Amino acid sequence: MDKNLFGIHNSLQRIYAIMRKELRQLSRDRPTFGMIVMIPLIELLLFGFAINTNIRHLPVAIVDQSHSELARTLVADLGATQVVKFTYNYPTPSAAANAITRGDVRAALIIPKDIAQRLGDERPVAQWIIDGSDTMVGNAILTLKNMPLTNLTTQTLTNSNLTKSTFEMTLLYNPERRSAINIVPGLVGIILTMTMVLFTSAALVRERERGNLELLITTPIKPMELMIGKIVPYVFVGMIQMFIILGLGYLIFDVPVNGHIDQLLLATLVFISASLTLGMLISTFAKTQLQSMQLTVFILIPSILLSGFMFPYEGMPLLAQWIAETLPATHFIRLIRGIVLRAAQLTDLWPDFLWLASFTLLGLFVAAKRFKKRLD
Amino acid sequence: MTRIAIATEGLTHCFGNFKAIDHIDLAISANTIYGFLGPNGSGKSTCMRLITGLLTPTRGKIRVLDMDIPTQAEALRLRIGYMTQKFSLYEDLSVIEHLRFIAQIYNLDNRYSTQRINEQLSAYGLNERSTRLVGSLSGGQRQRLALACATLHKPELLVLDEPTSAVDPENRRDFWEKLFDLCDQGTTILVSTHYMDEAERCHGIAILESGIKRADGSPSQLMKDLGAQVVEISGDNLRRLKQLLVAHENIISAAQQGTHLRVLIKEHVEKPQAWLQQEFADDMQGRELNLVRPSLEDVFVHCTGEGRQ
Repeated sequence: MDKNLFGIHNSLQRIYAIMRKELRQLSRDRPTFGMIVMIPLIELLLFGFAINTNIRHLPVAIVDQSHSELARTLVADLGATQVVKFTYNYPTPSAAANAITRGDVRAALIIPKDIAQRLGDERPVAQWIIDGSDTMVGNAILTLKNMPLTNLTTQTLTNSNLTKSTFEMTLLYNPERRSAINIVPGLVGIILTMTMVLFTSAALVRERERGNLELLITTPIKPMELMIGKIVPYVFVGMIQMFIILGLGYLIFDVPVNGHIDQLLLATLVFISASLTLGMLISTFAKTQLQSMQLTVFILIPSILLSGFMFPYEGMPLLAQWIAETLPATHFIRLIRGIVLRAAQLTDLWPDFLWLASFTLLGLFVAAKRFKKRLD
Repeated sequence: MTRIAIATEGLTHCFGNFKAIDHIDLAISANTIYGFLGPNGSGKSTCMRLITGLLTPTRGKIRVLDMDIPTQAEALRLRIGYMTQKFSLYEDLSVIEHLRFIAQIYNLDNRYSTQRINEQLSAYGLNERSTRLVGSLSGGQRQRLALACATLHKPELLVLDEPTSAVDPENRRDFWEKLFDLCDQGTTILVSTHYMDEAERCHGIAILESGIKRADGSPSQLMKDLGAQVVEISGDNLRRLKQLLVAHENIISAAQQGTHLRVLIKEHVEKPQAWLQQEFADDMQGRELNLVRPSLEDVFVHCTGEGRQ
């Protein structure tokens, strides 16, 4: 028997040889090395930012039909709770409801003409109309239901056995407060981010790794043609995924699709294009498929945590909101929740739609510019 | 009169501080097979990439098919076929799918491309394998397919970067037959190689070393103009004899070939056999000395003797 093959010392030496080789290769792959440090750091910061169930300053509208001192005091009191922030003023309840559909505000406070009368009768003094699709947001506003009206009722201060609610609460879109209602449409955004970015982020790198790129650059194909040709097939893949998620969401979790199908298709199309373009951009930066995977994860984690999918956008600090604004998923999740849950039109949600469309065009342009049909 | 297909003037290319190509002048006639002969790292691939416009030269002028390169590189793409050193076809397409893909990229019209693909399939013996995946083909078949793809759009100029480095001798011979067929049909072919026998088949060659053109001309002319004499010495102890000979200033090189030693002796030495017997009297006893015709390898060794690392 050969001693070289079986000795424990020789075995250890061979293991050591492989270990050294792995470490050498790892240390020469700079981006991977960077990821080892960056991923825990970024994830920690993102989670710290994003996980905030104590939601404050939710944007809400006010419809003051009483124009009374009492109403102004009530609004000031509510503002002092820091749960809500009055950002819009509407003359009618229907205008406020439209603002909720558009996603401008999460709720609206309707103060009726007879607020003084109601206060005396110990009836609820006003009504909240709440976008209940996000249960976390809904719950935050529901905490206001029994807010004591100390500043309004100085004369009846002694009469503190107030058992009636202060407000009448109306939950729109999700009266049963089921979290699936909000999760399922959001999941379309997350899954599409994951698959679409991944498909194209590896696209050019794979061709380069396999040597195919050298074939392509000697042909008459133009960079923009290559980009478009590589993106379009995956649009259909993305559409199929969207239908699967929403279809199963409807069948299993009873999540309704309230909006129009054409609005849904258009919103999904523009988001898929934006995500594929993002992947293509990554592909022009990454040198290897491993790097493109890592960069994809780098996009995916904030997309899950900061896009409003898991935690309400309003609950996050300003910096996290800024980061969220740069992610296509944030804009799409606003779009799809608006369309699917609140039957919003793209005309209501045009800023997010426009953002995604601009991102796609700009991204394609940059990716095509970065892709050189030269080897130097 | 001959038309010039490729002309370069003072062509220089640097990668950082490293001069990969140093002042190369070329004038390659149309409708010929022209070879770049040189060791690995001599600048063959770089030179081809410069000529096809894949790299931008640091200095110098390039004209290919009467177009300025790299400014007109995109227009040139339609008129040349390029076969990369590394196999660069899609392994997960079938043979016929790949040919159709190339046909569409080059905008061949539908009916013509069907006919052309069939021509190529039979010309390159891929008829029976047209539905096989490219990845499952043998080395020789891959090479034929790569050539079929590179010539599908009937390019005027075909650039082949070490096309036969991964192919067995028989397939190599077939491959060269195809190249002569193409040349016969009017194609200009630029090919790089480090095989002497392949270089010898070319109408003209340039010997490159360290980015410098050491010699160019037809192989027969180069052999005639060698500027050295070749003597074959047989006998025993050739390794020791070699050590002894190469130390002498009049001897350019000595290489063992089986049972004899091939010795390159400087041109000014008259009657090299007699000179050897006189100079190394003890060591030449009982050996047979023959003056032989120089081969291309001798030319190569003579040109590239200096400055190799």
